[in-house]
Amino acid sequence: MTGWLGSFVGDPQALLTLVLAGFLPNEVWRMLGLWLGGGVDEGSELLVWVRAVATAILAGVIAQIVIQPPGALAGVPDWLRYGAVVAGFAAFIATKRSIFAGVVGGEIVMLAGKWWLG
Amino acid sequence: MRSVASTVLTLVLFATYLGIGALAHDSRFSLGWALLATLLVWAGPAQIILITTLGSGATAVQAAVAVTVSAVRLFPMVVSVLPLMRTPETRRRQLVVAAHFIAVTLWVECHRLLPRVPRERRIAFTHGLGIGLVSVCLVATALGYALSANLPQLFAAAILMLTPLAFLLSTARNCRHISDILALALGLLLYPLVATLHTGVDVLVSGISAGTIAYGAHWWRARA
Repeated sequence: MTGWLGSFVGDPQALLTLVLAGFLPNEVWRMLGLWLGGGVDEGSELLVWVRAVATAILAGVIAQIVIQPPGALAGVPDWLRYGAVVAGFAAFIATKRSIFAGVVGGEIVMLAGKWWLG
Repeated sequence: MRSVASTVLTLVLFATYLGIGALAHDSRFSLGWALLATLLVWAGPAQIILITTLGSGATAVQAAVAVTVSAVRLFPMVVSVLPLMRTPETRRRQLVVAAHFIAVTLWVECHRLLPRVPRERRIAFTHGLGIGLVSVCLVATALGYALSANLPQLFAAAILMLTPLAFLLSTARNCRHISDILALALGLLLYPLVATLHTGVDVLVSGISAGTIAYGAHWWRARA
């Protein structure tokens, strides 16, 4: 592959990696859910457990991003990242569960803290 | 007010994918690769993990393991959302595309919006919502990729911070049962403890334990 298309798509090997390490690991769980979830009833006890596990795994992913931050977020000190999450959650509760207020509140605390640190 | 809430989630998703596009550029992936990743992977945290592990020189196998672990959460999401769309006549293959679209945002939105959509129209509704969100995110990925050279470090950090904030709050908003609230709180608290064990599947271990404890509390309360 050469020219415009070549530079747009890039290295064919990277695409193979994308399918093997990105697409399949996600799709396998979705299709497994479709395949095995077939007979489950909406209000069943099993689904209450499954929802709780999904929520807790997502909570783990959130904690992972905050505790072991990727890219530019690693330049923000630990205490400031934790403080921003706590502030965002407080704003969310104070505004009768507004996601917008919570996200903006958390971001403002992080940006203000970074600015204050110089 | 409801439409504002969905606008906010879409905005957050847009900003998250701006960040993912910028991250892909800085890690020297091609634009085509970044767009294809958004279309095929369609899960923000998985894409961040994929780009950062590959970008830091890990092998494809190591990246695949890390992504697989983060993606386990999609399994129970699909299991809990699909019954909302199914009618007795629904074939499994009619749900394949809807299942692919399931990620955090769509999972939250389906639980919020589907009960108000007539059951026979829910699959079409989910397809529409999914295609709309994917299109928005493809634009954001391309834009983030193009802007990244000029993106200040502080702005990049703010964008990456959006993902945990938005995920935390949208999940908290969606908590109805005591088991959901407990699962969220315990999941956040248990992860740092489990992470010190360096099992390689920390998220999975903390998630299943916290989720099961939360379910146990619900079961115990229902009996009492």
